[in-house]
Amino acid sequence: MSLVVDIRHAFGGFALDVSFEAPAGITALFGRSGSGKTSVVNAVAGLLRPREGRIVVEGETVFDAGARMSLPPHRRRLGYVFQDARLFPHLSLRQNLTYGLRFAPRGASGPSPEEVAELLGLTALLDRRPGALSGGEKQRVAIGRALLSRPRMLLMDEPLAALDAARKAEILPYLERLRDRTGLPILYVSHAVPEVARLATTVVVLDHGKVVRAGPAERVLSDPDMVRQIGVREAGAVLPAVVTRHHADGLSELELSGGRVFLPAFDLAPGERTRVRILAHDVILSREAPVGLSALNILPATVIALREGSGPGVMVQMQCGEDRLLARITRRSADALALAPGVGVHAVIKSVSVARIDIGGG
Amino acid sequence: MTGWLGPEEWQAVGLSVKVAFWATLLSLPPGILAAYALARWEFRGKQLLNGLIHLPLILPPVVTGYLLLMTFGRRGPVGAWLEEVFGLVLAFRWTGAVLAAAVMAFPLMVRAIRLAIEAVDPRLEQAAATLGAPRWAVFFTVTLPLILPGVIAGSALAAAKAMGEFGATITFVSNIPGETRTLPSAIYSFMQVPGGEAPALRLVAVSVAVALLALAASELLARRAARRISGT
Repeated sequence: MSLVVDIRHAFGGFALDVSFEAPAGITALFGRSGSGKTSVVNAVAGLLRPREGRIVVEGETVFDAGARMSLPPHRRRLGYVFQDARLFPHLSLRQNLTYGLRFAPRGASGPSPEEVAELLGLTALLDRRPGALSGGEKQRVAIGRALLSRPRMLLMDEPLAALDAARKAEILPYLERLRDRTGLPILYVSHAVPEVARLATTVVVLDHGKVVRAGPAERVLSDPDMVRQIGVREAGAVLPAVVTRHHADGLSELELSGGRVFLPAFDLAPGERTRVRILAHDVILSREAPVGLSALNILPATVIALREGSGPGVMVQMQCGEDRLLARITRRSADALALAPGVGVHAVIKSVSVARIDIGGG
Repeated sequence: MTGWLGPEEWQAVGLSVKVAFWATLLSLPPGILAAYALARWEFRGKQLLNGLIHLPLILPPVVTGYLLLMTFGRRGPVGAWLEEVFGLVLAFRWTGAVLAAAVMAFPLMVRAIRLAIEAVDPRLEQAAATLGAPRWAVFFTVTLPLILPGVIAGSALAAAKAMGEFGATITFVSNIPGETRTLPSAIYSFMQVPGGEAPALRLVAVSVAVALLALAASELLARRAARRISGT
């Protein structure tokens, strides 16, 4: 385990009671604002001292209330990327990037400042001051700065929340590269489902200061019980996929465990692994194999469970190969199709409905 | 240049500059520490410390000088100890003038630096800590550079105050030519003797010039430092 958190804390009428384990890869702390995500990250970083519990990073106890021990932040060796970059205004970008380097233990190895600047596309900016940078550039410097302090783990508190869609799209590939190239464990706080679906290997869902769900990203995000946290609009399944080929008509073909799907062309090479996210409201269900339909993506599936909400809708969870799919349909349709656990269906997905930002490497 | 000021007048100007320089320099470390403590720490007796620092600003300077004499005079508790242990005598010496000027200028310096520290975003210091910087390193690499304009402004204020300190100085160390006769004491002395109006006037002119010069220099330095930390 990269990180073991088991803490309890109370402040201003809010009770935090959080316990989870984060394996290697990106662990997303997911929840609405006010659910206690930032408090958890601050406790891990040493900026908040919980009343009770313990925190273990890569086998080393950094906090143990019972033993009255708490390593100060500077000795925890955790790189923290704040939502608001927090670059040092009096230092150049180069000096910002290398700030943590001089405090890192002598034996610690890791990428050089040049490699980090290259990885994050900052090489041309190094002699600038932070004042003139765009939000996206600042956040990239903040990530590089944390990376160069030779941390055992990266903590990221909504690093993209303050950015517009274009800047987000600019940074996401860097985060993926970070995950895939450095192998550094990352604790990633977010309330944005697309981000989590694209980046996370593990998801821990917080609600009112408590962990309500934790597990592999595909499982947690495809869980119909998550609809309350995620919201009906964003609910959907995340499925691992392999790129098989690119067609001349502008579509790319992907192999899922339960069949193949076509998506608008993207730039991953055949053979590469990725993920697709299929939103529940983009899925239509049919008992028979549909014929004469314009939709290209039809996956055979078996209903696992139906979950009714307060409205006229029903969330249908299905097994599709080794993975799970979610569909949101009306209760009337569910009755008409006599949907029940064990029933075989065909899930119809419009290929254009899977947005580019929902395709991630991994 | 030397022609328009008499040797006695040069002596007073030189002494004042020397006293102001040392008073400012020696006040800086405790001044920054006190400002940091008042701005950032919560401790018992914080208001007492705050009051004590500001006392010379409110007390009649003669009272401050008298208290200094009682404490740091050769028979005073601290003064006797200083003489016995370090052989350092303050009363009626230029070193005592430095102490008097420093005490009087201290609240002005602390005020300016405290304001600067309060303006520093503690989240930047947190960020430095998460990057592995111990507390002292955070102070020297983040806090101090960011408060530099305030430190410069505070030092300029303190130096100007030290140059012009009169009441506490004359009470504590008297008005001895060449030893403790600073600019204001010299002006006062010249005014007491017939025919002293001309040299007094010349020293007044020097005082005004030095004050303006110090103000302009500090303004320039502070502006440069502020530009540096604005991040552009």
